[in-house]
Amino acid sequence: MRVTVRVPTQLRSLTGGVGEVEVDGETVGGIIKALDEAHPGMAERLLDEDGALRRFVNVFVADEDVRFLEGLDTPIRPGQVVSIVPAVAGG
Amino acid sequence: MEHVSGLRCRECGRSYPAQALHVCDFCFGPLEVVYDYERIAASVSREAIARGPRSIWRYHDLLPVDDVVPVDLGAGFTPLTRADRLAAELGLGELYIKNDTVNPTGSFKDRVVSVALTKARQLGFKVAACASTGNLANAVAAHAARAGMASVVLIPEDLEQAKVTMTAVYGGVVVAVRGSYDDVNRLCAELASEHPLWAFVNVNIRTYYAEGSKTLAFEIAEQLGWSAPDHVVVPVASGSQLTKVAKGFEELGLVGLLPEVPRVRVSGAQAAGCAPVATAFAEGTDAIRPVRPSTIAKSLAIGNPADGWYALQAVRQSGGAFAAVSDEEILEGIKLLARTEGIFTETAGGVTIAALAALAARGVIRSDERVVVLVTGHGLKTVEALAGACGPSATIDPTLQSFERSVIDEAGSLIPGEEHVE
Repeated sequence: MRVTVRVPTQLRSLTGGVGEVEVDGETVGGIIKALDEAHPGMAERLLDEDGALRRFVNVFVADEDVRFLEGLDTPIRPGQVVSIVPAVAGG
Repeated sequence: MEHVSGLRCRECGRSYPAQALHVCDFCFGPLEVVYDYERIAASVSREAIARGPRSIWRYHDLLPVDDVVPVDLGAGFTPLTRADRLAAELGLGELYIKNDTVNPTGSFKDRVVSVALTKARQLGFKVAACASTGNLANAVAAHAARAGMASVVLIPEDLEQAKVTMTAVYGGVVVAVRGSYDDVNRLCAELASEHPLWAFVNVNIRTYYAEGSKTLAFEIAEQLGWSAPDHVVVPVASGSQLTKVAKGFEELGLVGLLPEVPRVRVSGAQAAGCAPVATAFAEGTDAIRPVRPSTIAKSLAIGNPADGWYALQAVRQSGGAFAAVSDEEILEGIKLLARTEGIFTETAGGVTIAALAALAARGVIRSDERVVVLVTGHGLKTVEALAGACGPSATIDPTLQSFERSVIDEAGSLIPGEEHVE
């Protein structure tokens, strides 16, 4: 399934400056794997040594924080947009 | 800016220039201002500070921006008030209120925004923006007006009316978002990527903005005759203020304004309806699980706190603790502070006073400690919270008889020490 992923400024050096890309995947983890294949280097920026989301990376599926859902196992439904957003903001 | 040598990632240590950057390009960790403390130590002195303005700018040597004419409405140098009556109620000894309700827009946010917009203007930004639970919105709108900058402020749509009015009156753009603060914050983090020419004070300018909170520690030490308290109690929303207050005390030792780095216990206050950091502390874990806030303390209602992890470490390392207090305790805290010390605070201050009471009752805060509690916002901002809890003692006809009957006869006990003389 094709999924639209919104990419923050900090990762756009890997996407040729583009803020929105499309990849194939069924879950958040699958999307990150696909992103890394299309734009090598993505995975190490988003995941720590244990393969978990880095502490300061937030991922949203249809504007919902995946930490409220099933984390990297969160399924993506057709038409849902995935956003990668730096966690260090606000307050 | 010779005293700032750049920015550095707190997580992986990568270095960056002192530009409008807030997170590490590699690991998304927060960037921190790197100061040349030796250089600052050589130039800073208590005497020079005493000759400075009665505002945060008296500490410009320890702030990340230097401008002869900062964006300034007079934030900071607020009273540190000895609170003996409150201390007596709580069984404490030497207790002080840091009264930040008297800042220009009524909250500590004037400190951080004055720093942020001074830096933003220096970097060439023409538009000031933010995500806010209200207090920041007030401060950004006001300081942007002062600086002649446009402003775009995003708030959750359910904010208290006073906070909306106190933002909109300055003439900037105010956008009410159908969602929680965390939704607004996520939107702003995304907007910051799409509008790189806007200075989002708590996104792309956050590295500088957050430093403004250090001035709370600087003032407390100066107002205590250049000595540190034993214990400070700080409200926690994003966790940034608490982290920076701890850093402020440390810096005073690093630059020689205090003889050594003081050991200050730092404790955090959260509302039980939004207590992700207090919960992690109580459970002894490093993992801060985001929550969906449900509390009257809207200015602290951040369910996914950006600096929660650092606030947790700062509290643990200092030997402090966290308290999470109910909405009822928050209202009691507001009334207790007003009744004993004549200071009217918003709900966030109610959280802090209630947490002070809870930590005193638990024996975490001791009567032999010199304690400072941060009261960070004015009560007029959240009067809705007290609806039904505060009102006239009696409603009467304009006659002596009505006064005698309703006030003296039935409510005489409301006026302590008053003898009923026939």
